[in-house]
Amino acid sequence: MTRTLPSVTLVRRIKASPARVWAAITQADQMLRWWGPDAGPTLDVVADVRPGGRFSVVFRLLDGSEHNPTGVYQQVDPERALSFTWDLPGVHEPQSLVTFRLAAVDGGTELILTHEHLPDEAARRSHENGWNGLLDKLPVFLGDAA
Amino acid sequence: MVKHQASAIDRTFSALADPTRRHLLARLSDEPGLSVSELARPLSLKLPGMMKHLDVLSDAGLITRTKTGRTVSVHLSAEPMREAMAWLERYERLWTVSLDRLVALVEEEGGQ
Repeated sequence: MTRTLPSVTLVRRIKASPARVWAAITQADQMLRWWGPDAGPTLDVVADVRPGGRFSVVFRLLDGSEHNPTGVYQQVDPERALSFTWDLPGVHEPQSLVTFRLAAVDGGTELILTHEHLPDEAARRSHENGWNGLLDKLPVFLGDAA
Repeated sequence: MVKHQASAIDRTFSALADPTRRHLLARLSDEPGLSVSELARPLSLKLPGMMKHLDVLSDAGLITRTKTGRTVSVHLSAEPMREAMAWLERYERLWTVSLDRLVALVEEEGGQ
């Protein structure tokens, strides 16, 4: 795997089996119970979990605004890996990809989530190396600009 | 207008997608105002290749070039990166909260 572009990566150790975590990230009735960036409600979930299947979540934030990310499932490897593209209708922003990776560890599951911007094809070919810690330097860049 | 912003952030991410260009930006953050030849020297890059990378960075608004006599000095321009950073921060927040709730959900039911 190449990690190539700026991406968000989060790691969690969970005291539950990979099967249990897999159910929570793939079954609509369970996704309704955790999905969302604040304490606002998750209103609707479509999870046609197979490569090419549709992903759609509607959630309402505490500020009252509603959002509906949609996408298409890419990799579906039960209890191991799940990825889908990410698109926010009405918001022009880079195309991106969300990936959940699960691994059985002592006492439960390690979950690694990445949300990465997708490069266009030319960029995809041109870079093989990692992100090389430039992110660590971003605050310095931003500080310089302030 | 919104469309324009989208292509700008795409250009930023695209420009950042190359390790040589990231290296150039990192060097410029340590040593602002390096000349083109000073930038090229440790990379064993031929000048045309170097100019191509600088053009990409410049198109993305990540650097500015100033000509003084025969020397072109290069400076970082952080504003486009601020937008890229905002994109990353937004998703970091979204997933941090969601994953906390996911963990709580599966752990609370884990023993059942």
